[in-house]
Order: sequence, then structure tokens, then C-alpha cells
Amino acid sequence: MLVEAGHFALALALGLSLIQFIVPLWGARANDPVLMAVAPAGALAVLACIAFSFVALTFAYLNSDFSVLNVVQNSHSAKPLIYKISGVWGNHEGSMLLWVLILALFGGVVALARDSVPMRLQANTLAVQAAITIAFLLFILTTSNPFTRVLPAPMEGQDLNPLLQDPGLAIHPPLLYIGYVGFSISFAFACAALIDGRIDAVWARIVRPWTLGAWAFLTLGIAMGSYWAYYELGWGGWWFWDPVENASLMPWLAGTALVHSTVVMEKRDALKVWTILLAILTFSLSLLGTFLVRSGVLTSVHSFAVDPERGTFILGILILFIGGSLTLFAWRAPMLKQGGLFAPVSREGALVLNNLFLATACATVFIGTLYPLALEVLTGEKISVGAPFFNFTFLPLIVPLLLLLPLGQTLAWKRGNFLGTAQRLYAVFGIAILATLAMLAFQHGGPVAAPLGIGLGIYLVLGSLNEIVTRSWSRGAPLSVAWRKARGLPRSTWGAAIAHAGVGLTVIGIAATAWGVETIGSVRPGERLKAGDYEVRLERVIPRVEANYRDDVAILTVFGSGRELGTIETMKRLYVTRGMPTTEAGIMTVGLGQVYASIGEVQADGSIGMRLYYKPLVLLIWIGSLVMAAGGGLSLTDRRLRIAAPARAKAVPPSAVPAE
Amino acid sequence: MRFVLALVAALVLGGSAFAVQPDEVLKDQTLEKRAREISAGLRCLVCQNQSIDDSDAQLAKDLRILVRERLVAGDTDEQVHTFLVQRYGEFVLLKPTFGAHTLLLWLTPAFVLILGGIGAYAALRRRPQSAAAALDADEEKKLAELLKRDQV
Repeated sequence: MLVEAGHFALALALGLSLIQFIVPLWGARANDPVLMAVAPAGALAVLACIAFSFVALTFAYLNSDFSVLNVVQNSHSAKPLIYKISGVWGNHEGSMLLWVLILALFGGVVALARDSVPMRLQANTLAVQAAITIAFLLFILTTSNPFTRVLPAPMEGQDLNPLLQDPGLAIHPPLLYIGYVGFSISFAFACAALIDGRIDAVWARIVRPWTLGAWAFLTLGIAMGSYWAYYELGWGGWWFWDPVENASLMPWLAGTALVHSTVVMEKRDALKVWTILLAILTFSLSLLGTFLVRSGVLTSVHSFAVDPERGTFILGILILFIGGSLTLFAWRAPMLKQGGLFAPVSREGALVLNNLFLATACATVFIGTLYPLALEVLTGEKISVGAPFFNFTFLPLIVPLLLLLPLGQTLAWKRGNFLGTAQRLYAVFGIAILATLAMLAFQHGGPVAAPLGIGLGIYLVLGSLNEIVTRSWSRGAPLSVAWRKARGLPRSTWGAAIAHAGVGLTVIGIAATAWGVETIGSVRPGERLKAGDYEVRLERVIPRVEANYRDDVAILTVFGSGRELGTIETMKRLYVTRGMPTTEAGIMTVGLGQVYASIGEVQADGSIGMRLYYKPLVLLIWIGSLVMAAGGGLSLTDRRLRIAAPARAKAVPPSAVPAE
Repeated sequence: MRFVLALVAALVLGGSAFAVQPDEVLKDQTLEKRAREISAGLRCLVCQNQSIDDSDAQLAKDLRILVRERLVAGDTDEQVHTFLVQRYGEFVLLKPTFGAHTLLLWLTPAFVLILGGIGAYAALRRRPQSAAAALDADEEKKLAELLKRDQV
């Protein structure tokens, strides 16, 4: 019954979205406040319906209702509670439902932010949002219905894919989707501005928090996915340039560019047309990611051709929204007036360069991901584009961007002085270069990439913090004054400095992987394996039985420089229902590095194959990403961006609002 | 999610991940290192976007052993690549060769960077039109009201 109600609520949401699409759009044209007011009410009603529908599906999972096909295919009565919940979005149908739920959630928040968003802009924005909701609700209801019943109901379900039964995977998709779908708001605002034909710094101020929030969540989502791959896939890699990873990296790169270009637009009223285009492209790339993954086109061009229903539908959505918005752009953008003059050497100029490099990096990932598909469709020729291609092309684009980052952050707005800026960074240059030379001298012919990369990371971290120091401390001033000044700096300045320092930390973590050591060997109980300064001893291999899987557990004692550090367990796991084996790595964190062991098959002579790694500073890769997202979050709390506190903002006298 | 699903698919095809087995490793460390480097650039043909160095599939194992055999026989890296491309086609290379069929792939990054740079520079040089958007009738009225209120 609840399942049918959930299904009905989804259909109702479709009807309501239609109203939310048509009426406000008309209202905005006719300048009728009553019709425009339908938009927020509609958005909240759609949210309520989709939320109800999502809860209904969740209940079906919690009760192991095996009369629902989706539950049968992805659940099992013996599955732990947390995976019964995360199983809701651990499959195609459910994940699409989560997608529209988050879309509706964002719509709801825009609806509640009525005091900070002008009515017309809000009405148009929510109408565009509704159009996206309609498309995806239609997709779910016609091709991917999670509420389909099965008769007769089987006694037991087929269990969730074992790889998805992991706490990391329980939260990874929601984070990623909040990021993906969050960009739909920037997109809707951009389209609304184009429909209205007006765009200014106020628009940028309204849009910026949404973009920033979406970006921070996408950063977290990608980092989470990367760490999951690292510990779960068992060979210690953390980024594979897999098309599916690229699908999330492209919107991230475009979104990063967007976050920066809205700064220019907000502060200097420049780069308007580009910012609008970027907002459209960023969400288009999110849609492209959805198409790539959901259509099956990645597995094989042929599998797409064989079962084209879902793929064709999403392709249709893709063409409709990307084509539609770009047409709107081509028609309206020439009417937008450019403002804000600036010299090439200036903060604006540096941010233009930032956008140029990020856009090129994004284009590189785009062509690398889609080229093999296009080539096969057009000529039948099959080629592979993998990690070696991306490493070769991506690095030369990212390194200059990173080298410019502290310089750009230090340059003045409007007209900067390159030499003066470089002088403000001389201490940072000095320390970074000294550190690099010291590491090169110390490592005796190790990989050169590691010291160079770590030097770059140090330069980034110090360069970012330098911005805070030079803006709050002047020679001879007491520290207490400097501290007070630093605390008085806008949160967005702190946020930017912290996020950029996070980039530096990630760079250090990535560069240090060149120092990693790997040993492959076979060991018997009592024998040892060595990787760098670390050693493990295989104690014993024991079987263990859990509710829905069986483990062969290898218990290892870890030694570091002769000292015993503790024990870790690494497992070969077999999920009983699907008969699918997985590897669970054994990981011990030592400082910021990790000792990482995974076992393979038992060999003919009774020994067991083992891969042992020592990965110095590896945690910095993800810590850096967390810091980046935290910087974005801090920037969100900046007074001028606060969305939900209009009354408080009014109470502050204008002079208290920092000029920057 | 999408990120995960392809990896999942890759694993379903490739089995659990262990890749290089201890008995495959060559005694000669420099040869082994070369073998690993070559393997990282070769696609496991039956997997989804995995190199033979990462994959646990039987074919990947066969290819790893083949690469090592060629190296032991004295082939250069180049010769190993040529041998594999002759056998399996260019599909086996994770980094495609530069040629007429991959011109667009290889040139796009430089193309975008240069065109974008020229475009950005041209836009900077062009003098923009008037900075502020004109007010519409409604806003003119509001402004007039506000100004009047100030005068009172």
C-alpha cells in the first residue's frame, strides 16, 4: 500500500512540476506577483511529494518487502541495517530517485530564500528547475520505476552488490549527487537571467553560495569515492582515469572555474557572459556524466545499441537541456552588457588565466573520455584512452595553474604590479626552493618527481597562508594587532586561503606517492615480507563467517624499524548470495603514511600471495580535499553571502561590511 | 555512484583485484621494473579500462607473462609494443599513437588553450560598452520615489 502511495506521489510530483514550470514563467512575463508566487509553493509541494516517495521506497527496503522488484534485486533479509538504507540508492532506479529528491531539495531551499532573491529571478529560476524535474521524473516513471511489483513475491532477495556494502559507499553517492545536482541551481539561475535579459553583480552574489556549496560537496564526493577505491579495490591506486571518474571530474573542473569567475563578476561586474556560459556548461557536464553512466554506453557502444531505452531517453534530456540553454545563450548573451575594466596584470587577469587552464583541462578530460566512443561509432576503429594519456596531457595544464595560484591570489584587483606581487612572496619562494633542494640532496637518487611536487605543494600552502599574513601584519606591528586584523578579515578571504592550502596538501600527497614502495611475494605463516622501512609477519590465516559473507582472514603483525607496531587484518571475502569474491585490504596508518597489505590466492605450496605497500604521506591526498571543501564551506558563511539571515544583514550598518 | 558502478563492472569482469602474482615476478629487477612500466600502459582487453598490471583476469595474466617473456628474450620496450599492437591492434595501448585517426584527440588540449588564450586577450583589449545596465520604467519610478523621500 505504502509502495503504491509512493508511486502515486511521484506521479503527483510530475503534475505539480508542470504547474511549477508553466505558471511562474507566465507570471514573470506578465509581471503578475500572484502567478509568480506559485513557484515557491509549487517547489515545496514537489519536494514534499518526492520526499514521501523516497521514504516509501526506504520503508520497502527496511521491511524487506520482496514484492517490490527493486528490493528483490538489491536487498537481502540478512543484510545489515545501514546497507538496507544505503541499498535504496545503490542501484539504478533508486539512485535516480535520490537524484530528483536532491533536485527537489535544492528547489525547496531556493523557494524558502524568498527574501534574498528578487521575485522575478526566483520565479524564472524555479521554472527552469521544474523543467529539469519534469524530465527526470518522466525518465523514472517510464523507464526506471523503482516501485514495480513482482508477482509472485520471492522468499528472499538477491542481495546488494558486495562492493557497495561499505560505509564509504553509503555516503558517497549522496555527497556526489548534492554536488552534481547543486550545479542545476547555478544553471537555473543562469537561464533565468537569460530569459529576463538582465544580469549584474547582484545576480553573481545570489548564485555564488549555491555554486560554492555544490562545489564543496562534489569535492567531498570525489574524495570519498577515491578513498573508497583505494582501500576497497585492493591494489592501492586512488585515481584510475576511469570514464566514470572522469564523469565526475569534468563538472568539478568546470565548477571550480565557475566558483572563480563568479568572484570576478561579483566584485568587478566583469566576465558576465563567460560566467553564464560556464554555469550552463557545468551543469551540462553533470548531465553528460549521468548519460555516460546510466546509458551503459561506457561498457560498450553495442550494449547501448542493443538496449537503448534508458540511454536514448537521457540522451534526449541531454540534447534538450544543453541545446536549449545554449540556444537561449546565443540569442540573449549579445544583449548582456559588459562592465568592469581591468588590466591584463591584475587579480581579474589571473582569474581569467585560471579559467583558461581549468577549461582546457576540462576539455582534455572530455575529449579523452568521449573520443574512443566517437571514433568507434564513426569509423568502427577501436582505440583506448587511459591513464597514460591523461597523465601526459593533464599535468602540463595543471602545473602552470598551480604555479600561478599564489601569485594570482596576491595580485591587486583592477591593475596589479607583477614585480611587487612577486616580492611579497619572496619568503615563500625561498622556503619552497630550499625544501626542494634539501629533499633532493637527502634522498640519494630517488625519484625526482617527489621533491619537485612536494616543493610545489609547500609553495602552495605557504603562498595561501601568506595572503592572510600580509593582509594583517605589517613590519613592527605587535602580534595582538595582527591577530585582531586577521580575525577581522572577511571569511571568504580565509576560505580561499584555506581551500588553496588544501590544494597544496593534496599536491604533496600525490607527489609523495613517487616515494611509495611495493613488494609482491608469497608468505607462509611465520614468514615476513618487507616494504621500505616496514615489515609484516603473517601470523595465521583463519576462516570467519558473518551474516551474508565468509572471510579468509590473514592476521599480520606490522614492524617499523624493528619495533612491533600492532596487527592488521586483510581478507579474501566471499559474498554468499552472489558468489562474488572481494578483497579487503589491511591498512595501518603511521603518521600521514600507510602500510597497506592485501592478500591473493593460496598458492599450490600452501603459501599465500601478498602485496605490501608503504605509502608515505598518502593521507594528505584526501586530507587536502577535506581542507578544500572546508575552505569552501567557510567561505559560504561569509556575511555577505549568508542566504537565510536577511534581517541580521539589514541590522549591520553598511560601513561594517568589508569592501572586499 | 556512477563512479562506483563502472569500477564495480570492471571488477565483476576482472574478478577480485590482485593482479601481478608472486610467481610471475622476474628475478632480474631492472627487467621486472620495465615489465611493470610496460604493463601499466597496456589494456586488459576483456576488462573495462584496466591495465594488465591492475587486472586479475586470465587474459591479463597471459599478457603479463608474454611481456616478460619478450623482455627476457631481449626485446626493447619498443619491440614489445610493436609485437602486441600487431597481435591485438591499437586497442591494447592505453595511450593511443599520434596519427591521422587521433589528430583531434591529441591536438584538442593545445587547440583549446591557444584559442581560449587569444579569445581572452582579444576580449580584454576590446573596450567594453557602458558599465551599468539601464533602469526599466518600474525601477525609474521607484528611484524617483526614493529620491523624493530623501528630500522630505
